[in-house]
Amino acid sequence: MDDLLAQVRQGSRRAVARAITRVERSDSQARDVVTVLYPHTGRAHVIGITGPPGSGKSTLVNELAKALRRRECQVGIVAVDPSSPFSGGALLGDRVRMRDLSGDPGIFIRSMASRGSLGGLARATAAVVKVLDAAGFDVILVETVGAGQAEVDIANMAHTTLVIEAPGMGDDIQSIKAGILEIADVLIVNKADRPEAANTVKALRLMLHMGESTRVRHHGHLLESGGPGGKVSEEEEWEVRVYETVATTGKGVEEVVEAIVAHRDYLKESGEWMVREQDRSRQEIEQLLQARLLEQLRQEVPQAERDELIAAVAARETDPYTASRRLLAWIKLDE
Amino acid sequence: MEERKIRVLVAKPGLDGHDRGAKVIARGLRDAGMEVIYTGLRQTPEMVVEAALQEDVDVVGLSILSGAHTALVPRIMSLMREREIDDVPVFLGGIVPTDDVPTMEEEGITAVFGPGTSLEHIVTAVREAVANREAGAGG
Repeated sequence: MDDLLAQVRQGSRRAVARAITRVERSDSQARDVVTVLYPHTGRAHVIGITGPPGSGKSTLVNELAKALRRRECQVGIVAVDPSSPFSGGALLGDRVRMRDLSGDPGIFIRSMASRGSLGGLARATAAVVKVLDAAGFDVILVETVGAGQAEVDIANMAHTTLVIEAPGMGDDIQSIKAGILEIADVLIVNKADRPEAANTVKALRLMLHMGESTRVRHHGHLLESGGPGGKVSEEEEWEVRVYETVATTGKGVEEVVEAIVAHRDYLKESGEWMVREQDRSRQEIEQLLQARLLEQLRQEVPQAERDELIAAVAARETDPYTASRRLLAWIKLDE
Repeated sequence: MEERKIRVLVAKPGLDGHDRGAKVIARGLRDAGMEVIYTGLRQTPEMVVEAALQEDVDVVGLSILSGAHTALVPRIMSLMREREIDDVPVFLGGIVPTDDVPTMEEEGITAVFGPGTSLEHIVTAVREAVANREAGAGG
């Protein structure tokens, strides 16, 4: 195991691939891998790419990777596709659109199935990103499953989140709903050569414009409660912009890469990078705690006891809140 | 909470543009609970082997309908040895004349599936090959 992880750090592609398999296989193996590699992570710029199915995420990732390679970056790609809720199987087809990247030793692509996770990523995605980070990839592109409105986990994992929309996906009310548009650091309208694209761009710019007034109010609030120290000056703020791309031809991609680089510089200079790292760490610890707690419950509470409580809730003899409290009482907090 | 999923690469090396069969197989393996990585058309042997390595698959399935298997298969098998992933079982599907089957098996192909092979048969063969490989690797 230690051998394998040493090879990961030397950038051996076979070792990276095998370490990722272990991380995906179980929490305890993920723990063994991450514990050793973690001190060697934190260097990579993690970029999330999300958007509805068919908006062109994979094709854009392909183009972004090519553009980043021209800037001499080593690029790791994690592409998540959904698992079937029925068979548990998955068809991972993102490589079809990333054909151009094959054979480039500066690129490593790994496809992942979501395995029942609902937030647009797989449970092990964060750990997979760490393996690639420790292997020395400068930029890691994480492509989520086709996301709608609620799959926002990526924003907690990535330093920079790109949200991709395609023209003609709904009226302008869609764009002011809460959800994935809010997590964008960079907004992209792909398939911009389509006639309806101009309307989509206009709707998104309008949405951003409306957002600005809320932000001013937010600042007002900050000033009131935080005193002069809480003031954030205009130029320090990141301005979300809408970019137009045609991923199939590469049009507009260079501008997006420039926005990504600018966002990274902004994060570093404003101190926001560390804020995001802390948010991410907090989130990660909480998720691990939840999983661990459930696991321990399953181990400590006899099956019959759990079944009895479940039956009691279903029969309306007790309620779910009381039942969960009773379960919690089983856990020994001596560790 | 060990999650042991079989990961399969379904690849189409060579220049023929017929991927119906490969897609049917990919879908069938998915429905059998496996994670199938599909590469798309017109892959070079280098691309197939590199994908198998990066994805750390348990099994590779090749679909070749052009008759080029006599050139493509030896190249793929030799690249797999070079990259030290020749312990991964490789299946071949498509149009392969019966006379060529022994040669393919000598090259290291685990089994050849001709037209009309049932999905059930393929799923069982894949599961067995994975089990054998793991037994060979000592768990």
